[in-house]
Amino acid sequence: MDAVFLARLQFALTALFHFIFVPLTLGLSVLVAIMETRYVKTGDETYLRMTKFFGKLFLINFALGLVTGITLEFQFGMNWARYSKFMGDIFGPPLAIEATAAFFLESTFLGVWIFGWKKVSKSMHAISMWLVAFGTSVSALWILVANAWMQHPVGYVIRNGRAEFTNFIAAVTQPYAILKFLHTVTAGYVVGAFFVMGVSAYHLLRNRDVDLFKKAFKIGAGFGIFATIVVFLIGDFHAAEVAETQPTKFAAMESVWNTEKSAPMYLFMFPDEKNQKNTVEVIGIPKMLSMLAYHDPNATVKGLKDFPKGDRPPVTITFISFRSMVILGTLFILLSLFAFYLIRKDKLLDKKWFLKMMIWAIPLPYIAIELGWVVAEVGRQPWIVYGLMKTADATSTAVTIPQIIMSLVGFVVLYGALGIIDIYLLIKYAKKGPESAKAEAVKGG
Amino acid sequence: MLNTVWFAIWGLLWAVYFMLDGFDFGAGILHPFVAKNDIERRMVINTLGPVWDGNEVWLITAGGVTFAAFPTTYAYMFSYLYTPLFFILFALILRGVSFEFRGKIESAGWAKMWDFVIFFFSFIPALLFGVAFGNIFEGLPMDANGYHGTLIKLLNPYGLLTGVLFVLLFLEHGALWLAIKATGEVSERSKAFANKNWPVLLIVAVLFLIYTKFATKLYDNYFANPIWFIVPAIAVVSLLMIKVFAKSSYVKAFYASCLTILGVVFTGIVGLYPNLIPSSIDAAHSLTAFNSSSSPYTLKLMFIVVVIFVPIVIAYQIWAYKVFSSPVTEDELNDKEVETY
Ligand code: HDD
Ligand code: HEM
Ligand code: HEM
Repeated sequence: MDAVFLARLQFALTALFHFIFVPLTLGLSVLVAIMETRYVKTGDETYLRMTKFFGKLFLINFALGLVTGITLEFQFGMNWARYSKFMGDIFGPPLAIEATAAFFLESTFLGVWIFGWKKVSKSMHAISMWLVAFGTSVSALWILVANAWMQHPVGYVIRNGRAEFTNFIAAVTQPYAILKFLHTVTAGYVVGAFFVMGVSAYHLLRNRDVDLFKKAFKIGAGFGIFATIVVFLIGDFHAAEVAETQPTKFAAMESVWNTEKSAPMYLFMFPDEKNQKNTVEVIGIPKMLSMLAYHDPNATVKGLKDFPKGDRPPVTITFISFRSMVILGTLFILLSLFAFYLIRKDKLLDKKWFLKMMIWAIPLPYIAIELGWVVAEVGRQPWIVYGLMKTADATSTAVTIPQIIMSLVGFVVLYGALGIIDIYLLIKYAKKGPESAKAEAVKGG
Repeated sequence: MLNTVWFAIWGLLWAVYFMLDGFDFGAGILHPFVAKNDIERRMVINTLGPVWDGNEVWLITAGGVTFAAFPTTYAYMFSYLYTPLFFILFALILRGVSFEFRGKIESAGWAKMWDFVIFFFSFIPALLFGVAFGNIFEGLPMDANGYHGTLIKLLNPYGLLTGVLFVLLFLEHGALWLAIKATGEVSERSKAFANKNWPVLLIVAVLFLIYTKFATKLYDNYFANPIWFIVPAIAVVSLLMIKVFAKSSYVKAFYASCLTILGVVFTGIVGLYPNLIPSSIDAAHSLTAFNSSSSPYTLKLMFIVVVIFVPIVIAYQIWAYKVFSSPVTEDELNDKEVETY
């Protein structure tokens, strides 16, 4: 075990953990804001109870998204000092802008939303949740601009041994950043939509608050169709952008070993990294891969063998993660379309098997999202900043292995405990259902 | 010039952070002592509920801005102080979830556990931030070969004294906050505590000012430019004013305590200039506002960002504090239609 490996392990664990909670925040903030807006517009108390019910779940989830984010910010300096020194000029600004433009907005107006039921007007209350939702998206934008820069550096010079900005706008407007932002935020919307549908399905199966949960399910399904289709379409453009800017990652995602013109895509295949080939390759669709990568059937796709071994990412993980994400993405579209169809035909309650399935579908978008990050981050290896800095050169020199082990163990124990508590509470309150209309039942201390 | 402006902004962000999260820490430490039963404890927590997260974002901003404006300092400070920062982080995480978790399971043992978490993990960061800043005032042992410090060396007498000073400042600040934001017994006990704590704070503050002369080079800047003595003078006068105001208005006393914290932090910042972290063994390897900064381009860019956004942030945070300006009452905590922790 060396320091680089431990630092990577710690970053991967803490980032993946942060991103269990972030996507629901992204999606559910918008959904709760939509619910509350309906309440303000129609005055229908059902929507108020719906807002409060999903709002409570939102808050339980938010608590962990918030605290685990601080770890990531600290970690850049703690474990990646050489990276921070090299990248500070570029990486610092988006991080600082994120805090000033987004985190203040989120935290302040969330405070107003939680405690302000009788202190601000109804519409100001709903606006507060919209501001929270807006803040979460703005926060995603800036951190993803920073991450996109690590994937594809633009608008800089290397001076005094570090990367310095020459053109900030170029970093913000580069397609990589915009695609990444849209893909990640809509992925969060998918999580939110499936969460709302799944929780509603649970209560519909038990015939509880049928009116409320039918309405909630409908909101979730509509939102879900939009989000699943957009995440898919953007994902396609995103893959093309990766093919252009990070040929090694793309080759790993598709497990392409030999450079090929008009490359086919195989429905079933499996990489064999040792022998630099694929063990299985069946059902090829001619020219499909060239189509996907360059939107041109005759384009040439570069294979891994064209790159020195030291510059290639781990292929198997990248490949499996990418395939699974795409399969899940396709499944999500089908599920949302079917859900919407049943709602339109008013047959939702008859299809018990489908409702059950939607409960079990809640974790799937989470899995897709984590896999997406694995594709993006593992596929970038061995670079921490693509083409500019290797991960192995990025760690802190002043930090010792026992120190990292101590913090790593600390995080595993702490995050493990908090994660279990948080998910337990989410399930508990999701199952409990909304407060009954009259006696807004007791809440604990 | 821009580097100096950024140095000032850097100091300001830390100062505002301590002024705001300071009362969260103070009230958190005090909470088992001024609140005797569950509803009183909830009262304390609910005075903090709407604002604590917004306060903590000042820390995140201070960190982000250090990264953006002084990346080399950010890299060294965070990796050299790895272990203490890890403990601060740990504490902030636990304190952060405690408010949300505490009321979510109805069991006395559960609430008690989180009450302890709130107390202990408010105390730890308050102390450790003080220790960290004490060590920064003294300088860290760094030279061409990097860092030569150890965890134990950070716990030196001056560092610890600064830690104690921070804890007492935050206790005073938190007690005054509860005096005005809580009601009934909790408010009364907090007032009594603030009055008892004040002389202790005064003594430690004086000790700190004296010890600083021997342990650090902070006074060099002051003797070179005596006009700056106005900053510690403001700190001392506002500290005295806390006592004066406490007789008539705890609101005014609280504002005086805000100013005290700003004054104390700026006393350190002015003394440090141009160093963000001085080296205690080789002045040539101090991290300064000039040798550790970002490019002029980034500094300019960030300056524009700060000038636009920070006033907006301050405006809506003040608005939010106004929305929640009335003290928390027991009636409110028993009202089923109002969301509370
Ligand atoms: C796509 C979205 C996204 C991504 C990739 C990240 N985050 Fe995050 N982060 C959020 C979206 C988000 C959020 C949804 O905006 C959160 C969740 C809860 C919250 O308060 O905001 C948040 C919270 C949050 C906080 C606490 C804010 C507060 O106290 O209000 C910090 C300091 C960070 N994040 C920092 C990071 C860093 C350094 C990351 C990169 C390694 C990172 N986040 C990845
Ligand atoms: C929250 C969503 C994110 C997740 C789930 C995630 C996931 C990961 C994973 C799995 C790794 C380990 C890769 C490996 O070592 O093989 C990693 C590494 C890393 N990522 Fe991310 N990442 C996220 C966001 C970001 C963002 C937004 C940035 C920067 C802006 C970033 C910067 C890094 C850095 C610095 C490393 C460490 C170096 C490395 O191991 O490559 N990550 N991340
Ligand atoms: C269905 C077709 C999909 C395609 C073609 C696709 C494509 C991609 C590609 C190429 C990447 C890597 C980007 C990079 O390396 O920077 C990626 C990342 C990612 N994907 Fe997907 N994706 C799809 C579906 C999904 C779904 C359904 C989700 C979640 C609900 C999802 C969530 C993510 C996330 C969170 C990332 C990491 C952030 C990023 O790099 O944008 N994706 N996706």
